[in-house]
Amino acid sequence: MSDAVITAKGLVKRYGDLVAVDGIEFEVRRGECFGFLGPNGAGKTTAMKMIYCVLPPTAGELSVLGRDVRTSPREIKARMGVVTQENTLDTALSVRENLLIFARYFDIPWRVAHLRADELLDFVGLTDRARDKVEYLSGGMRRRLMVARALVSQPELMILDEPTTGLDPQARHLTWEKLRQLKRTGVTQILTTHYMEEAAALCDRLVIMDRGGIVAEGAPSDLVRRHVGRQVVELRGVGQGPGGREALSRALEASGEEVQVHEAHDDLLLLYAQDGEETLRRIREQGVVAEAVTLRHATLEDVFLKLTGRMLRD
Amino acid sequence: MTSGRGLTLLFSPRGALRFWQRNAFIFRRIFPESVAVNFLEPVIYLLAMGFGIGAYISTIGGLPYLTFVATGLVATAAMFGATFECTYNAYVQMYYEKAYDGVITTPLTVEDVVVGEIFWGATRSMLYGTVFLAAIAAFGTVRSPLALLIPPLFLLSGLMFSVIAMTFTAVNPSIDYYTFYFALFITPMFMFSGIFFPLDALPAWVGTAAWLTPLSHVVNLARALALGTLARSHAVDLAWILVVTGVLFPFPVVLMRRRLIK
Repeated sequence: MSDAVITAKGLVKRYGDLVAVDGIEFEVRRGECFGFLGPNGAGKTTAMKMIYCVLPPTAGELSVLGRDVRTSPREIKARMGVVTQENTLDTALSVRENLLIFARYFDIPWRVAHLRADELLDFVGLTDRARDKVEYLSGGMRRRLMVARALVSQPELMILDEPTTGLDPQARHLTWEKLRQLKRTGVTQILTTHYMEEAAALCDRLVIMDRGGIVAEGAPSDLVRRHVGRQVVELRGVGQGPGGREALSRALEASGEEVQVHEAHDDLLLLYAQDGEETLRRIREQGVVAEAVTLRHATLEDVFLKLTGRMLRD
Repeated sequence: MTSGRGLTLLFSPRGALRFWQRNAFIFRRIFPESVAVNFLEPVIYLLAMGFGIGAYISTIGGLPYLTFVATGLVATAAMFGATFECTYNAYVQMYYEKAYDGVITTPLTVEDVVVGEIFWGATRSMLYGTVFLAAIAAFGTVRSPLALLIPPLFLLSGLMFSVIAMTFTAVNPSIDYYTFYFALFITPMFMFSGIFFPLDALPAWVGTAAWLTPLSHVVNLARALALGTLARSHAVDLAWILVVTGVLFPFPVVLMRRRLIK
């Protein structure tokens, strides 16, 4: 498809016996925000590093902006902006100088670099910190400077590896707002995140990765509908006895639609349903004894936990 | 700079230049202090060595002791300029500040960064060495206009010391290990390269061992240029530096790629 900005086929990255990325396939279209979700160690950052051409793939095909990452890393990187997972700012330089020096790596003339630096500082709200050393910036400011720096070459494609991890809610929302503004200008974005609400708020489409593979792909709302349903009934402290699990089974049989039961942990049962009110009514009808019953909308987090489990990964 | 498989140049000169310029940009700010310190240090050395020890030893090989020491010591300023840049400085930027990880997301590659860093080390070497040279010239120890060739010599020897230091940095598991680099390599070289005493007065094997060290050749050349005593034997010193630099040059580049790109 000519519209694809990134195409990956059978993409593999192996470190000795460890398979970090295990034959994944995906396609990113021009102008969209495409997310990679997954627990720690799922292979998201490894996939990102292959896309931004600092890690060569072990096997498979990966084309970015119409070029092969193996043969044209410089050409690809020249048209791409990257916000790495860790901040990689030059702490010896001021905020503004960080942008200027970075612009020079892209062979942008000094005069243009100065103009862009001022524009971008304004864009991320750092104009009055322009002359400060990076070491005096807060975590949120450093992250915004990373975003501004990635934009200095006016990239067609932006890679954002956990852009808001560790930020407070204010800083996170500000960053989201900037990324949305950027999308309106037509910049394709690739995003990794741990935050489901971030993915839901920003991504047009996303993949969920686990243990090096892709376990689900689609638009956030489609994924929720497909894997979970519309609503979730949360039941806490349902006993094993007749008033507990047995009554619940009867309630679920009585309800007209298919309800998926997901045992999150010993104390918490999640019921995925299209019509949560109906399920709730049946539960009351059968007198299911529970400590707490909550009805809520299904979210991406339900999909995530359902597909990747609740086990800690590191 | 890819021109087909197998013919890929290890680095892009333009990329390396950009990284060199970044270092120069940062250095610009500390330049006055840096020059002042590098002027002061030799003066202290010369006062201690030249006038202190010089009070007991009047001449060595027909030279006033001050002149002998000063014209040898100038080579070490150049060595330290490159060595500090490509050991501690490079390590901190690479592993603590992650600055290199940011740079390689731009069109620059690891190879460009390493080559830019090596040339920057050589530049610092030349800057420091030249300041030192000016300082000793003020003591009247420079006797020949050939001394004008010392800065270019330091650019070359700085390249050599940068390449050696960067090779160590590329394989160094921890910043603590630089202690070994200095204690087992830099300091012995500093003591046994004919700076403070001529090596021909010592058992022959010392001279042979010294011949194998990079610094002794730089000392020979710098002293000959400062005093105008250039002889045919100095061509060997120059060739030694050129060959060693050329042979070792690919090592830090390849090893650093192996370290940063997994």
